[in-house]
Amino acid sequence: MRNVASLVFTAGIAFLFLVIAAELGVGDTERAIGGQILAAAPDEIGATNIVTAVLLGYRGIDTLGELSILFAAATAAGLVLGRRPGPACQDPAGGFILRTGADLLFPLLVVVGLYIIVHGHLTPGGGFQGGVILAAAFFVPVLARPTKSLNHTAIAVIEGLAGAAFISIGIWALVDTGDFLRQLLGKGVMGEVLSAGTLPLLSTAVGLKVGAELAGLMQAIADSEAAD
Amino acid sequence: MQSTFDIILAIGAFGLVAIGLLGLVISSNLFRMVLALVMAEAGANLLLVLVGYRTDAVAPILGVQAAGTPMVDPIPQVLVLTAIVIGVGVQALAVAAVVRIYQAYGTLDVRVLRERFGLDVTRAAGLPPTRSLEAPVGGRPLPPPIPGLEDGADMAGQGRG
Repeated sequence: MRNVASLVFTAGIAFLFLVIAAELGVGDTERAIGGQILAAAPDEIGATNIVTAVLLGYRGIDTLGELSILFAAATAAGLVLGRRPGPACQDPAGGFILRTGADLLFPLLVVVGLYIIVHGHLTPGGGFQGGVILAAAFFVPVLARPTKSLNHTAIAVIEGLAGAAFISIGIWALVDTGDFLRQLLGKGVMGEVLSAGTLPLLSTAVGLKVGAELAGLMQAIADSEAAD
Repeated sequence: MQSTFDIILAIGAFGLVAIGLLGLVISSNLFRMVLALVMAEAGANLLLVLVGYRTDAVAPILGVQAAGTPMVDPIPQVLVLTAIVIGVGVQALAVAAVVRIYQAYGTLDVRVLRERFGLDVTRAAGLPPTRSLEAPVGGRPLPPPIPGLEDGADMAGQGRG
């Protein structure tokens, strides 16, 4: 009976998809506001990456909501997993190749992550993408040497300070111009690293917060007791 | 009409969502359900990005191509950035829940877990345990009394006393 219900459900979903696909017109869909943003973003925001200009310049409060959702999910996962019950069974340390590879990869990953974060308004990238790379950079050495786990206090401090920096930049804009998270500090020369006003600062805050959060989350999963 | 490349992209996005939903409904292992959820979210994000796709248009980054080339719509890409991050949060919480369930029950089979969840919930609520769905229907008839086995005599024929 359950398989019949599954088949009926799948048939209904397939019919829904066919209707959507017929009406979608991939390749030439109707454009509501994208065209106007493509035309106005270089002059108003001054960033070469228009996606980051929309993410942090026009719709910064949506990014703040996204950061809150990620924070809630990481905190909830940490609560579900619980704390490590004392010196329980650890994973065995990695071999020579894994340890050497992790030591060589760590500086490269940190450099690539910071590059993608800081150049978020110039090239494809931004805070979230670079933050994930930073989290991987700090977690790969833990995979190679499981006894040297990350410090949860330091992770919480970095995450809190980065989130507070994001919100305080928004409140500064609120005090200065009357709009929360409006872009400040002038536009600068398009194409330079220090351009587009507060966008690089917001990108850095987002990147550090996401990196610390995901590293702490992966450490919590690695800390939960290994199965016998 | 649209080029074959656009049709392949649309079929790919819908196919990923369909495979993910099918996996969620059919699978009997919790971890396979998490993987199917990951695929469905990937397909949905791809579908959202395809809404802003324009044939033979470039990414919305200035300074790479000559000024004036048509660009794709940046708004669905911004929405998908948010959606991907939210998907990562949901998947992290799902993986944490799967780890705790395995630690608590020792199995990831959905059918076994359904029975034991029901037993745990009714026991915690103080109710008598409900009938298992796997139990045979109807009362079991008692076997007829064996003649000669009265007053506590056992099968070997040696009575009491």
